[in-house]
Amino acid sequence: MENLIANSTEAVAVILFGIGFTMLLFHRNLFRKLIGLNVMDTGVFLFLASMGYIEGRKAPIIVNGVQSTEAYINPLPASLVLTGIVVSVSVTAIMLSLTVRLYMRYHTLNLDEIYRMADHLEDDR
Amino acid sequence: MDFIRNFPMFSVVLSLFSGVLCTMLSGKKARIYTIIYECILLVMVAAVLRYTVVTGEAFTYVLGEFPAPWGNELRAGTLEASIAVLFIAVMLCAVLAGQHYVRKDIDESKVNIYYAILNLMTAALMAMTWTNDIFSGYVFLEILTLTSCGVLIVREIGRTTLAAVRYMILNLVGSGLFLLGVVLLYDITGNLLMVPMQREIAMLYQDPGARVVLIMATGILTIGLSIKSGLFPFHYWMPDTYGWATPTSGAVLSSLVSKCYIFLLIKIYWRVIGIDIFTDMPIRNVLFVLGLCGMVFGSVSAIRAENINRMVAFSSAAQIGYIYMGIGLGGTAGFTAAVFHIMAHAVTKSQLFLTTPRLAAVSGNSLRFKNLQGCALRDPNAGLFFLIPSLSMIGIPIFAGFSSKLFFALAAADRGGIKLILVMLALAASSLLNALYFIRTLIRIYTQSDSVKEKVRHHLDYNIPMAVLTLANLAMGLFSGVFAALIGQGFGMFY
Repeated sequence: MENLIANSTEAVAVILFGIGFTMLLFHRNLFRKLIGLNVMDTGVFLFLASMGYIEGRKAPIIVNGVQSTEAYINPLPASLVLTGIVVSVSVTAIMLSLTVRLYMRYHTLNLDEIYRMADHLEDDR
Repeated sequence: MDFIRNFPMFSVVLSLFSGVLCTMLSGKKARIYTIIYECILLVMVAAVLRYTVVTGEAFTYVLGEFPAPWGNELRAGTLEASIAVLFIAVMLCAVLAGQHYVRKDIDESKVNIYYAILNLMTAALMAMTWTNDIFSGYVFLEILTLTSCGVLIVREIGRTTLAAVRYMILNLVGSGLFLLGVVLLYDITGNLLMVPMQREIAMLYQDPGARVVLIMATGILTIGLSIKSGLFPFHYWMPDTYGWATPTSGAVLSSLVSKCYIFLLIKIYWRVIGIDIFTDMPIRNVLFVLGLCGMVFGSVSAIRAENINRMVAFSSAAQIGYIYMGIGLGGTAGFTAAVFHIMAHAVTKSQLFLTTPRLAAVSGNSLRFKNLQGCALRDPNAGLFFLIPSLSMIGIPIFAGFSSKLFFALAAADRGGIKLILVMLALAASSLLNALYFIRTLIRIYTQSDSVKEKVRHHLDYNIPMAVLTLANLAMGLFSGVFAALIGQGFGMFY
């Protein structure tokens, strides 16, 4: 229990990941799936960012001539989060465009209904 | 430093550049450019392969010359180079043999975009093969996911969009898990480069507390990549994805993209976790059992398919099962068999996916079995190029499929015990099922029907790449020892 309180941010991150993961996998509405994807990614970024931050240290930009590595945090986790955000944005964009295309064709966002209609409508040679 | 040592980096940069260039060319020019540049790339990676075999050691390319704990690295050993040669060669064959269908399936204004996406995909495949940094692995894994979605939806029919959505959702679940695994490993080791990570992990594994985290992180990574590569029970997206894409995409997705994820996984096991620690982990047995299930259930689904493309796609699910079974057996023998099967399957499956549309073309553009009666007699070339990979899939000697089954059996014999019995049973059952559906198909396409014989146009751009793939198949069957020695040397460099 003490461990959990000490690492509350990480615990929240893992819970967020779990929520997003379940939504992405099990929700039938495409749009909610996408929101789930973003919640899941946010969970990972929160985890990474909180692990990378050390209480009392500063961003790694040298000011007032302090050169000791003890004074600064490692910039790598933050840059990983940035990379991750870029990837997540592009994936979301592509999924949104796919959603639009599906909606134009089937006029619904419910995946079960789309599958049913596809079996009806599409010719499978 | 030898000039050849730059080639891994060149292969990635050239592919990225080609991707951008193709968006500016017309469709026809983009196609010709892509073919020429793939040839150049093939020469480059073959040179790297020769270099690593001759020198007998791997080399690393350090980006920006930042030394080891920082910076980013590419690494080229015999194994990476052979996989890269395989990827580029199959990609080139798929582009050549499928160009006719690209013109037919894809809107003319989008053909150049298609080749641009294929080139970006090549960049991702190359980067994932060479990378020595696990986070670059993640970034290019996402690029590979996006581009494989791109080559799928470029054929604009309702089915492909739906298949792409399903494919993307599962892939995103896989990428999310992979990212979480990478982040966990980074947190406990403090490194992203594979060599220092392995050093840290070897120390951490002695500590029981850290061991739990380590096994968990490896497990999450493994689940992520096995979802992406389509291990049983995550294989149900395969038939729609592979079956409805334009043939080049189907061939590339089934024989290269899913293999690239598995190769990254193998690389993580050897270079990040360390093979001794991996052998000690329980994850191996889970992969082994799921692999066996995949072998059997994939084949059962293939038997029930009514459409030749769906059958071939479900048989991919079975073949992925073989590869994971090899990983589950562990040891150099098991991994060698797995990598050999990656190669054998890439060569055979791409040939099957590129041939089925030609069989359909002489059967009223239908892929259903009932319409395919006698199609091999109407188009004998396509018939032959369906016959050879089918025989290889069943496991007839002199073809690659037989050698890989032999390697799996030998690796299992090394292991002994219950695993040996299970492997033998699964191999027998799976071969029997393979034979059942492939021979049934062969009989159907080779028996005479009443329909009139049409004149078939021969396309050299189809026949030549198919002949090359057939020769590769035969070479792997007849000189399997050479390939196994090559792979063995590659694994030797992984230590």
